[in-house]
Amino acid sequence: MKKAIVLGFEVPRGPDGVSIVALLQAIQDKYNYLPEKFLRRAAREMEVPLIDVYSVAKFYKSFSLVPEGRHQIVTCTGTACHVRGSEKITEEISRTLGVEVNSTSPDGEYSLKCVNCVGACASAPLVIVDGEYHGNMTPLKAGKLFAQGAKGKTAVS
Amino acid sequence: MAPLPVKFKTKEDFLSFKQRSIEQYEKNRCYLAVCGDTGCSVQGSKNLYDQLEIYLRKQGYTENVKLKCTGCLGLCENGPLVIVYPQEIFYQRVEPEDIEEIIEKTVIQGEIIERLLYSDPVSGEKYIYGRELPFYKSQLRNLLEANWKIDPGSIEDYIANGGYAALVNAVTEMDPGAVVEEIKKSQLRGRGGAGFYTWVKWEECRQQTGRKFIICNADEGDPGAFMDRSLMEGNPHSVLEGLIIGGYATGAQEGIVYIRAEYPSAVEKLKLAIDRAEDLGLVGENILGSDFNFQVYLSIGAGAFICGETSALIASVDGRIGEPVQKPPRLVQNGYLGRPTVVNNVESLANVPLILRDGAQKYCRVGTEKSSGTKIFSLVGKVNNTGLVEVPLGITLREIIYDIGGGIKEGKQFKAVQTGGPSGGCIPASSLDLPTDFDQLSSAGSMIGSGGMIVMDDETCMVDIARYFLQFLADESCGCCFTCREGISRLLEIVKEISDGSAKPGQLELLKELAGVVKDSTMCGLGQTAPNPVLSTLRHFEEEYRAHIEQKHCPAGVCRELITYSIDQKLCNGCGLCLKNCPAGAVTGNKKEPHYILYDKCDKCGVCTTVCRAEAVIKQ
Repeated sequence: MKKAIVLGFEVPRGPDGVSIVALLQAIQDKYNYLPEKFLRRAAREMEVPLIDVYSVAKFYKSFSLVPEGRHQIVTCTGTACHVRGSEKITEEISRTLGVEVNSTSPDGEYSLKCVNCVGACASAPLVIVDGEYHGNMTPLKAGKLFAQGAKGKTAVS
Repeated sequence: MAPLPVKFKTKEDFLSFKQRSIEQYEKNRCYLAVCGDTGCSVQGSKNLYDQLEIYLRKQGYTENVKLKCTGCLGLCENGPLVIVYPQEIFYQRVEPEDIEEIIEKTVIQGEIIERLLYSDPVSGEKYIYGRELPFYKSQLRNLLEANWKIDPGSIEDYIANGGYAALVNAVTEMDPGAVVEEIKKSQLRGRGGAGFYTWVKWEECRQQTGRKFIICNADEGDPGAFMDRSLMEGNPHSVLEGLIIGGYATGAQEGIVYIRAEYPSAVEKLKLAIDRAEDLGLVGENILGSDFNFQVYLSIGAGAFICGETSALIASVDGRIGEPVQKPPRLVQNGYLGRPTVVNNVESLANVPLILRDGAQKYCRVGTEKSSGTKIFSLVGKVNNTGLVEVPLGITLREIIYDIGGGIKEGKQFKAVQTGGPSGGCIPASSLDLPTDFDQLSSAGSMIGSGGMIVMDDETCMVDIARYFLQFLADESCGCCFTCREGISRLLEIVKEISDGSAKPGQLELLKELAGVVKDSTMCGLGQTAPNPVLSTLRHFEEEYRAHIEQKHCPAGVCRELITYSIDQKLCNGCGLCLKNCPAGAVTGNKKEPHYILYDKCDKCGVCTTVCRAEAVIKQ
């Protein structure tokens, strides 16, 4: 793959050089969110107004302007997951961990997000915890999966 | 020893490499194919593969028994799947505990392990060989067949199975016009949704001069669709070969694959495929000694459904927000960086090498007059055999759902099938005999779309489905057009009112009128098709809407505001399972005595129904 180093980040290069989206992705990957100082630096480096950088950061779902939790919890809300009851699972996780959807718990431990289909519909409904997929979820299983974590034992396995 | 990588300078270089790859492939006839696709990984196939590797090494079998981590094998429902070659014995739901038996009995002695065989959910019949399964028998797996045979990380496997021959032949023997002509004869139509003829785009682009681009649209955003992901994970070289051929035919020297970030495994497989193709000189300068140069770039999406729309996609590749632009000028005149650009879907591109290899004439024999070839569908939802199916276009929905899919889960009643993602619609039981081609499904108020097929049973509420898609579209609308931004939100409000029982009579008429306005007055495909889920459910299931409004009743028992849970006092044995598991603490009662549900606390999550062994929970 063709790459370039921008602001110390290794960024994939396109036919027209490095795009803002690609640069922000590299920053998000490293810090789990987009720190303001890097957005300012990105604007200077790419020679675009800061507002353009912010509009990109706000437009795409994979970017976050606030630090995300140490554990990333993603529930799939694709159609197949929806007809098999994903809404109730999201609610159960939200209740067990005390985290609202699309936000982070006050102790910075968990972030809960929904995505529109991860393409593993045969195992619907799905929950992804720190990149690990858990299929055929039920509200009951989801509750058990996180019960330990909610009691303050850090591991969510 | 794998053949040494060399940069091909002539056709002969390629052919001798191919010969060596075939010899190598033939030598390793005895192998285990373990499905490594995301679908099976979720069910533990990665661990299974690792354990198999350890076992083979420990027992000293690695010389004679090979292991392949393949792409999607199709029947995701019964994963993890393992196929034992050369016999092609098909094992399903394989656990690490089965490894020793599989190796010692099946591989070494050729014995069949009964309990790992697939058994038909309806007839109970067991099948030994994959091809005999009813699930595979009615399919025509032209594109997906290779998934069974090749390791997606190995370009040698792909070449040994006929890969890159079409590209080599095109570059060395055909001029670009002849390639476009062949695609024209094949009548290949875009598999991304619109069904536009591929050759038309290619020919227009070919006639333009100067710097041009070809983009592979791998932003498979439709929920419930994973055909493109499985193609890229299982056979990334086929997509890449199609892209390079497209570059040659259109005169584009730069190709971009725009892929969504939600598919990390597909991104990795594609990266590897591009690197390997570069190593062998199939991507780069002076490909096969010709004056054709082609570079491939990966552009990773950042999570926006609208970026599947081609002009929004191009804005995103350019690093801007994914807002569509008014057409014309069309992208083929003014696309990426203002240059002529062709955008093709993953599956369309994967079809290209097949067409050139076998000839357009043979390709056309499959499918219908106006929809040639095969189409991959992801058959999901309340169906027995969930998975990836490839069928000739024109096959009926009934054949797909019943013959291949094995019918509805738990013997329930079929209600509707949703095709075409958020732009598509729901097709009722009365239309099950419709042929799946580009034009017929549109006439039923839906579309083939990218190929997601979500089967719904009588426990699915159509109002809830309409609400679901409207919520999806309201979240994903870029907000550029007023009627899309505000219109969809207002549609959603009305459907929400219907679903919670607060809608007044007359709302259905308003819904229809508003849907028409949104359809007619938005700029891009997202807005124009946004009312489809509402309109198609209204068209076929108006009674269900009326039941919500007039009787405040949800016939499917889904809409929460309209249902209540209670416990049958005669059936309840007071075991306390519901009390223990109720997350809302809404169950009360003494041990060994019938329990009660407190209505004001109950949030209708349904956990009590799933845990109750006495079937005493009543949903009304």
